[in-house]
Amino acid sequence: MNTTSTHFVPPRRFEVYEPLNQIGMWEESFKNNGGMYTPGSIIIPTNEKPDSLSEDTSHGTEGTPHKFDQEASTSRHPDKIQRRLAQNREAARKSRLRKKAYVQQLETSRLKLIHLEQELDHARQQGFYVGNGVDSNALGFSDNMSSGIVAFEMEYGHWVEEQNSQISELRTVLHGQVSDIELRSLVENAMKHYFQLFRMKSAAAKIDVFYVMSGMWKTSAERFFLWIGGFRPSELLKVLLPHFDPLTDQQLLDVCNLRQSCQQAEDALSQGMEKLQHTLAESVAAGKLGEGSYIPQMTCAMERLEALVSFVNQADHLRHETLQQMHRILTTRQAARGLLALGEYFQRLRALSSSWAARQREPT
Amino acid sequence: MDKVMRMSSEKGVVIFTKSSCCLCYAVQILFRDLRVQPTIHEIDNDPDCREIEKALLRLGCSTAVPAVFVGGKLVGSTNEVMSLHLSGSLVPLIKPYQSILY
Repeated sequence: MNTTSTHFVPPRRFEVYEPLNQIGMWEESFKNNGGMYTPGSIIIPTNEKPDSLSEDTSHGTEGTPHKFDQEASTSRHPDKIQRRLAQNREAARKSRLRKKAYVQQLETSRLKLIHLEQELDHARQQGFYVGNGVDSNALGFSDNMSSGIVAFEMEYGHWVEEQNSQISELRTVLHGQVSDIELRSLVENAMKHYFQLFRMKSAAAKIDVFYVMSGMWKTSAERFFLWIGGFRPSELLKVLLPHFDPLTDQQLLDVCNLRQSCQQAEDALSQGMEKLQHTLAESVAAGKLGEGSYIPQMTCAMERLEALVSFVNQADHLRHETLQQMHRILTTRQAARGLLALGEYFQRLRALSSSWAARQREPT
Repeated sequence: MDKVMRMSSEKGVVIFTKSSCCLCYAVQILFRDLRVQPTIHEIDNDPDCREIEKALLRLGCSTAVPAVFVGGKLVGSTNEVMSLHLSGSLVPLIKPYQSILY
């Protein structure tokens, strides 16, 4: 936006000179009327006004040329003229006040816009897609965002809405009396909902794997806990375990085994990721640095990056299997409680992100 | 393919890998954590690399590498290994080959 100076027309152009006793009145009036100002109703003083304004005898400028007309009409219809003059004065006054309010609004908006642009630039410099996540305030898309990713973000928005309504339903139902059959269908739906997200992520990873790896669609607090594009399965089990009591001995054994195998699988994938980073760094650094040409290194590095997509898919597969195994081990009621707890956990993380973002924006 | 049949029926856990494949590395780490020392065949250094890859896919492996065989039988690739492990079915399968130490 061009930040040109606003064309504020000084009152002098309309040949109006405000005597001191009137200024106080106007300030008063502005205080009263300012709050009711709406941009749509602005009326910029037109050129007709100067003539009628200058007729006012209390203003000391170009009154003389019109004096003959004034005197002639005053003598014939004094009341009418006086009334019209008063109305004109009033209209002019109101017009000036509106203009003043409008200009002040423009100034405020201009400052706000500069601030928003700075925020956007800052975010872009850091390589973030702007306009993502539930706690984001700035709207707009980075130039690099492909239509596939835009579609994913929109789909994710719907996914969260559906998630929230499922969680509410689970909460309501578990506080009352509910049949196992009804509960089972709710549990099935919740599981399918998570699996749907993994499918969405897989498609998005093919379009932009770095986007998925960095969890760009998630809120900031969720991203803090990120592990290969999503939550840690072992973390999930840790969060859910207290909600399953009481567990049978067999269930306890199964859950312990699941925790251990989940941790082992996670560690294996993490180490694989480290190796990938290492080999990628090697590829990029291969050959002599400082020589300018780096095409062969980039080609090799690109090949390495292909592997990233399979890692993201493997991590989601691990999440999928963890949820599946939990479902197998638990009773329907336990699974329902677990899914409610899981959903609420992510809701709270999202809420934390919003609160934190709001706190950061408060002036210190 | 004879070579593949011969190599895969070797005793214990056999994994076909490629030196550049990091998922293969991850699977190896997993077996090491389970106290198993698998026999590794790095096929990208083998002159018959292409043939081996095709043979592994024909045998039913979802991706050519990593291809995991236990006791001569194909277990599968990373996906299958992970699923088996989380369901608790991998450890019983490799129990005969687990090292008693550490």
